[in-house]
Amino acid sequence: MKKKNQRKVVRYNKWGYIFLIPFVVIYLIFQFYPLLTTFYNSFFENYRSGLTQIGPNFIGLENYKTLFSNGELLTYTKNTFIMWIMGFVPQILLALILGAWFSDPSLRLKGQRFFKTVIYLPNLIMASAFAMLFFTLFSDGGPINALLLDLGIIQERIKFMSHVGSTRALVASMNTLMWFGNTTILLMAGMMGIDTELFEAAQVDGAKPTQIFFRITLPLLRPILVYTLITSLIGGVQMFDVPQILTNGSGNPVRSTMTLIMYLNKHLYSRNYGLGGALSVLLFILTAALSLLVFRITTKKED
Amino acid sequence: MKKRVISMLMVAAMTASMIAGCGAKGQPQAENGTEAGGQTATGNKVLNIYAWNEEFKSRMADHYPGYEVVDATHGKIGDVDVVWNITPSDDNAYQNNLDAQLLKQADAADNDKIDIFLIEADYALKYVDTEYTMSMADLGITDEDTSKMYQYTKDVVTDSNGNLKGLSWQAAPGVLFYNREVAKEVLGTDEPAKVQEYVKDWDTFTQTAQTMKDAGYFMTSSVMDTYRVYSNNVTSKWVEDGKINIDKNIMKWVEDSKKLYDMGATGTHAMWSDDWKKGFYPEGKVFCYFGPAWLINFCMAADQEGSVGNLGQWGAATGPQGFFWGGTWICAATGTDDAELVKDIILKLTTDDAIMKDIVEKDDDFANNKVVMDEMAQSTEYSSKVLGGQNPLGMYCAGVETIDLSQLSQYDSGCNADFQSAVTNYFEGNATLEEALDIFKSATIERYPELAE
Repeated sequence: MKKKNQRKVVRYNKWGYIFLIPFVVIYLIFQFYPLLTTFYNSFFENYRSGLTQIGPNFIGLENYKTLFSNGELLTYTKNTFIMWIMGFVPQILLALILGAWFSDPSLRLKGQRFFKTVIYLPNLIMASAFAMLFFTLFSDGGPINALLLDLGIIQERIKFMSHVGSTRALVASMNTLMWFGNTTILLMAGMMGIDTELFEAAQVDGAKPTQIFFRITLPLLRPILVYTLITSLIGGVQMFDVPQILTNGSGNPVRSTMTLIMYLNKHLYSRNYGLGGALSVLLFILTAALSLLVFRITTKKED
Repeated sequence: MKKRVISMLMVAAMTASMIAGCGAKGQPQAENGTEAGGQTATGNKVLNIYAWNEEFKSRMADHYPGYEVVDATHGKIGDVDVVWNITPSDDNAYQNNLDAQLLKQADAADNDKIDIFLIEADYALKYVDTEYTMSMADLGITDEDTSKMYQYTKDVVTDSNGNLKGLSWQAAPGVLFYNREVAKEVLGTDEPAKVQEYVKDWDTFTQTAQTMKDAGYFMTSSVMDTYRVYSNNVTSKWVEDGKINIDKNIMKWVEDSKKLYDMGATGTHAMWSDDWKKGFYPEGKVFCYFGPAWLINFCMAADQEGSVGNLGQWGAATGPQGFFWGGTWICAATGTDDAELVKDIILKLTTDDAIMKDIVEKDDDFANNKVVMDEMAQSTEYSSKVLGGQNPLGMYCAGVETIDLSQLSQYDSGCNADFQSAVTNYFEGNATLEEALDIFKSATIERYPELAE
């Protein structure tokens, strides 16, 4: 009898594995195998010149040397991070305020559902379409310029895409607009998870709303905040479509909006799998490190 | 037990639906494939044509005898189905698509093979110097057939062994198109010969730009407008001995353009952008554009009400220097299953005198036929509506003789695009000239990894 029971347990385990098969198969084919070939490719000279294929010739770490020696990698990493920070700071502030308002029962906000949906909407638009829209709006002869001129706010057209600051700001604000709704909902979930007794106790003790926010909500929200920060950072490292479309792939002015993935994309013009592979490997290491970090932080909290 | 049966059934159903889902997705694609590949059921042959815009399609529809339009991407010639595969040039999409197809050409089914594809001068050598293009002699087109063509149009598509690999129905000598109304207001005349005095060389051009600026007009829409005029008059190639080389005439363009831009007489928008196109309308306040016949007939919104072209208010003058820009060449792809028809299309659309004349009259294009062009340049019968009744053919005829193509290289399309984008940083004051040139060099090496600085 006992034996039979044990077998049953084993059998149930089996189902677990069976249900995992689709994921594992898809992961192995579409993620793991390409990942390995990327590593493999990064050691080869392999590109197309016109219609002639060059390589693949094994060249060891030459591709990595090229990447590190011309110093551009650092610039593009810097660009990526600057634009990410410019977008993330307003995004998190906005999300905190909105999240606090939405989760505060004493405010009794009307139409909460409606607004929660609306702030999430920009995320549903394809990033490239959104970038195209901004490109048209802010072009030299575009409607924003026309509007500002007509209102008499400016005397001369502002060339938004010709200044480092304004172009980066456009990219950052697009990212903010697209992602603040998502972050708000995450933070709200975190805020609603906080024990209401704590708020009540604070109120009884005579704490002001700002005090409650900074002394109770924020500290208890920390794990969620850290999670948001790291996932957004990983997303930021992979920033591509918005600046690519906005600057027509050039990363101008002065390549100050060229992100790491845009740089990677440049190498694909000539099907340069070697150099592209090497760059991808570096990006993989960077994101893997960040993911490990998030893993460690979240597991520690549960202990 | 019962539960287990149910769960197993569910798993079976799920897997089955997954597989069925895949199958269902695969099938219509295969059907589409044969359809696009040419209704094998009816046994019709398929002629696949690759192009980057509608120009050649409209030439075929208007001038090839027996061509019937079926829908936006299909046509018919007798019992042959014509399939148009049109991919825009933006971001190299046309060439990427074409390259992928050409590399598969040998293994493709007859009806999927590319029969005809179009190329531009900027990257002609990339295709002409390979085995993917058929030589015209192999198609059965003789030197005699092409004797009336302008030599440069043949030079562009002649490979390193001297084989002619493509033909064009047009020649693209460029001139300066000016807005007659603006000319009258600011210069006091709109007569081509008199306006020419104001733009006869680059120094005068710059002075006129100041006048235009003072009168509230832009001399050109963008600094990019004059680029081709300089880049066609270079004395060295973009790449010499595997190294990137910037010709001194290109640097002169940078210098002159910086002056114009700082003066406020022009902008820095990219070619074909909406801002660049503003000057096609009177409200854009642009004095002139540089371009060949196809620009004015095909690209400058002449069919839009209220545009300068529609009002017939452009004029043509020779401009500071002769140049050519673009033009479309027809290539026959190696492996075509329909060589006879391909030959006929190329012959009719590029060598037939009557059709050439028709193209000029109907489309204001400049045809690739010396005899017909010289004759029409003399005649008073032909005049261009867009140009307010002017006959610009004489100007083109003179211009076409000065075209020199000895400095073309297969890197031109990438280098031209990267250079314009990089020096924009210098014009706008975001970078020093040296920094801008560095950006150009690194962009070019990313594009063509085999090159060195």
